[in-house]
Amino acid sequence: MMVMRRFEEEAARNYAKGKIGGFLHLYIGQEAIAVAATEVLTEGDYIFQTYRDHGIALARGMSAKAGMAELFGKDTGCSRGFGGSMHFFDVERGFLGGWAIVGGHLALAAGTAFKSKYAGEDSVTVCFFGDGSINIGGFHEAMSLAGLWKLPVVFICENNQYAMGTPLERTSPLKDLSIKAKGYGMVGDRFDGHDVEVVQARIGEAVDRARSGGGPTFIEVLTYRFRGHSMSDPAKYRTTTELEQRKQQDPITVVREKLIGLGVQESALDDIDLEVDEEIDAAVQFAEESEPAREDLMMSTVMAPEGES
Amino acid sequence: MRQLRYREALREAMLEEMERDERVFLMGEEVGHYQGAYKVSEGLLDEFGERRVVDTPIAEAGFAGVGIGAAMAGLRPIIEFMTWNFSFVAFDQIISNAAKVHQMSAGAIQVPIVFRGPNGAAKQVAAQHSHSCAPFYTNIPGLYVIQPSTPRDAKGLLKSAIRSNNPVIFLEGETLYGVKGEVPDEGVEELIPIGESRLVRPGEDCTIVTWGRPYYTVLAAAEKLSAEGIDCEVVDPRTLRPLDTGLMVESVKKTNRCVVVHEHWPYGGPGAEIVDRLQREAFDYLDAPLERVTGLDVPMPYALNLEDKVLPTEERVIDAVKRVAYAS
Repeated sequence: MMVMRRFEEEAARNYAKGKIGGFLHLYIGQEAIAVAATEVLTEGDYIFQTYRDHGIALARGMSAKAGMAELFGKDTGCSRGFGGSMHFFDVERGFLGGWAIVGGHLALAAGTAFKSKYAGEDSVTVCFFGDGSINIGGFHEAMSLAGLWKLPVVFICENNQYAMGTPLERTSPLKDLSIKAKGYGMVGDRFDGHDVEVVQARIGEAVDRARSGGGPTFIEVLTYRFRGHSMSDPAKYRTTTELEQRKQQDPITVVREKLIGLGVQESALDDIDLEVDEEIDAAVQFAEESEPAREDLMMSTVMAPEGES
Repeated sequence: MRQLRYREALREAMLEEMERDERVFLMGEEVGHYQGAYKVSEGLLDEFGERRVVDTPIAEAGFAGVGIGAAMAGLRPIIEFMTWNFSFVAFDQIISNAAKVHQMSAGAIQVPIVFRGPNGAAKQVAAQHSHSCAPFYTNIPGLYVIQPSTPRDAKGLLKSAIRSNNPVIFLEGETLYGVKGEVPDEGVEELIPIGESRLVRPGEDCTIVTWGRPYYTVLAAAEKLSAEGIDCEVVDPRTLRPLDTGLMVESVKKTNRCVVVHEHWPYGGPGAEIVDRLQREAFDYLDAPLERVTGLDVPMPYALNLEDKVLPTEERVIDAVKRVAYAS
């Protein structure tokens, strides 16, 4: 969680300096969910995320260097400078992308789950999206097919309360989104996302169910982003009181206090912070010094090479 | 060679490729138990079972996306749209996902998938069911677009499309399904390469480039023109993206005149692209302006007399050829 937090704080600074372009959507405040989910997944599982994708990529094991270099548009980046912030990929680790059309990647996740079932494999797909995705057709069609075919997929709605600048009460007649699961013939669950242990246990149940042939689950995790929708959003649609209240439940503070309660020395946790600082500094330096994205790849990667595959 | 109908040729291509490669499966509305809305997949369910011939609910965006995800994970889906008109609700899946992810992932993810189904006008199915879709899809880097005119091309190109490591838009013709033509004998495998045009009819006086349904209109017009002493050479691009202009440029250099005949609307699209490339690549050889005979620039009306006006006719083709040949 500390790697994600420092990575994104540093990304924000470099965005302000003009080193990073395009859109930059930060995951700050939601980190417990990505950590918890990756803890219960194994090799061969698939993960999809929206454009708010740095956290899950790092949690799955992508190096901060590969992530930062991508933000800087460099050849050493995880997508070699072709994806940017919204399109991180790490295929070796089963991270099949950050996707930037709301609702567009849910059916893809049903597709990798379809493959698992077709091939008789026990792999599971986990698909993240926000509360802003629940009204678009892509959500409905992917959930319909996954439910119908009992695909091994876990749909995780990270409800951070705002679809860009519009609060949930103005986009949904439901307060409890998880009841939608019933309409698709799947199990629904709903819980707070600030305590990593709770999140891990509950996502774990859904992943186990999918892996053992019990079909898909729709989970609503209640969370909060401490920054705006993207770097260009000052988040004027919410009060500072609300933000400060929510920060009381910062998942990093929660886990830190828990660890101290269990007898972990504060100095040990401070040491971790220092290590992370060094890792992120090194990532920025690496990104700065890396070669730019390659022009020759631009034309040659439009189509995949033909021949046996 | 055998005579097969266009739909039978397509079925054989799918059957052979599914027998050859366990990763290939067919998914779409009514492809299984109903035996295909246009009977292209007739018998495949019996042959391969429900695991590999997958009936879907009416949810094009959903099952197009499932196909793309399955392809990303290593399968080779054939996604049937009952007609290409219904692909518009799956447009985002094809454009934003299938066509983009290979480059967006710097080549780490391939999408070997075929989207296929009938394209263009049928008979009196009116404005929402008569779209000729090539212009929409040929504009997109990251896709191959194929539109075969004959049973032989349909079979050979569909087999190549299924074996391709890229997303392929495969535009069949609703009115072509019953057309008969020569197809290599059983046991003779023919893979027609994606991106190669074909010389259909040799001639000296005027080049006609055409594909899809108007292919047959053009061949009939060419016979009539031949009787009047105008000898047309006909070239079928077969694949619209990537576009092979080699044969057509050579042909125009010989005939010095060219008419492009297509069903899609005149504004942009492969028809306009071909004209653009020919005027640049064969400028010094042209003795007349390039002409196009196209579907008229209107939504398709229902009434038969009006539909007949909208689609390219023999008469319009003959008039255009005579104009460029200064024979009218």
